[in-house]
Amino acid sequence: MALTGVSLIAFLVVHVGINACIWAGDGGDMFNKASHFMGSTVVIRILEVGLFAGIILHIVQGLVLEVQNRSRRQTAYAVSLGNRGSKWYRRSMGLLGTLLLLFLVMHLSHFWVPSRFSTLETITIDGKEYPNQYADIIRVFHDPLVVVLYLLGCASLLYHLLHGFQSAFRTLGVGNNRYLALIKITGFWFSIIVSIGFAMMPISVYLEWIS
Amino acid sequence: MEHYSMNLTLKVWRQKNKDSKGDFETYKVENISSEMSFLEMMDVLNDRLIREGKEPIAFDHDCREGICGTCSMYINGRPHGPWHANTTCQLHMRAYKDGDTIVVEPWRAKAFPVVKDLIVDRSAFDRIIQAGGYISVNTGNAVDANSLPIEKEKADESFAAAACIGCGACVAACKNSSAMLFVSAKVSHLALLPQGAPERKTRVLNMIAQMDKEGFGACTNTQACESVCPKEISMTNIAKLNSEYIISGLTSR
Repeated sequence: MALTGVSLIAFLVVHVGINACIWAGDGGDMFNKASHFMGSTVVIRILEVGLFAGIILHIVQGLVLEVQNRSRRQTAYAVSLGNRGSKWYRRSMGLLGTLLLLFLVMHLSHFWVPSRFSTLETITIDGKEYPNQYADIIRVFHDPLVVVLYLLGCASLLYHLLHGFQSAFRTLGVGNNRYLALIKITGFWFSIIVSIGFAMMPISVYLEWIS
Repeated sequence: MEHYSMNLTLKVWRQKNKDSKGDFETYKVENISSEMSFLEMMDVLNDRLIREGKEPIAFDHDCREGICGTCSMYINGRPHGPWHANTTCQLHMRAYKDGDTIVVEPWRAKAFPVVKDLIVDRSAFDRIIQAGGYISVNTGNAVDANSLPIEKEKADESFAAAACIGCGACVAACKNSSAMLFVSAKVSHLALLPQGAPERKTRVLNMIAQMDKEGFGACTNTQACESVCPKEISMTNIAKLNSEYIISGLTSR
């Protein structure tokens, strides 16, 4: 759970970095080049297989963990400890993960499927042809319902990371006195920055901050 | 604090034995002094039940000084009641006011089956300790305390972990019924000291194996355990347990 979680966290850095190319102010040229690089390089395609394997493994591990842990208490308490003992999102990783999975299905069908199966229009940048991924995001994020669903996805990601980041490191044994403060602070700001970074993309397109 | 008396409604879990199906029963208790302990209040109720020819409520208690870990009770949804870093026996009735309703449940976990009423079987903890939570020493004269130098920081950290009284509140509070805080306290306590070094690797592997065998859940770091621990055992011990487990798993024979 922790190992797959950390590798997925590493992927988020790459993803949010590439997304940030839309703000380069060059009409999407840098973004199109970057997404073409991600879609056409052999090494990245191999890593992509690893990424999908990581996501599936993370889901399977999560399901097994949730089912096993739920079976460890057969009679529920009449009065539960609830938020007095721990934050709600620390106890709701299964729910948040399910929301993220639903989001991923929508997200992949929006962007990954068209780009992988070459149904995108092309654009010529510096005399070379690229799939116009940029035009695709402008089209998709024109729908306010899609924007709202993406923002909900980002909110789920935020809370999933707020717990997941530090929990993963604690499980890997890095949560002793020396590193705990570092992990807490890094985890908090990482979650905030990455989630806002992702959320800014549909917002920027919908409010026409970028064209 | 000024003394006062109160009348309370108690909803207490009653269960004849481990195989029977229990249920809550409601009791009214009157004229309870704010200076009584929670267990003294239970004594008053039991005294009345006995005089009425009824079965008294079975609950665990021993030292009543907050150091033995015998008392349990999940009071209004929190192990050991509302006070921070406190045991049920050290909870006093001044925590409540006249007219309050108090729900009292046993620890709930598959690994802690209810024996009767509020008493659960915590022998799973004993078996985890028997799996490795000790050091092997030769008998003979006690060695001089100063012959084995230990850094002050390590001694303090070890002592903080050793403060665990094994009451099981961590398991009771955890949504996964995980015993990781308990096991981590025991493992940290010995791993930090030179006396624990010879059995360091086998200890953690065997104790974790026994913990899983007993049917405790897996830790998801929700931090509920730390918040209810009467001895304020820190969750940093869990990270330490995880690193001990990973390193021992990778390097032991």
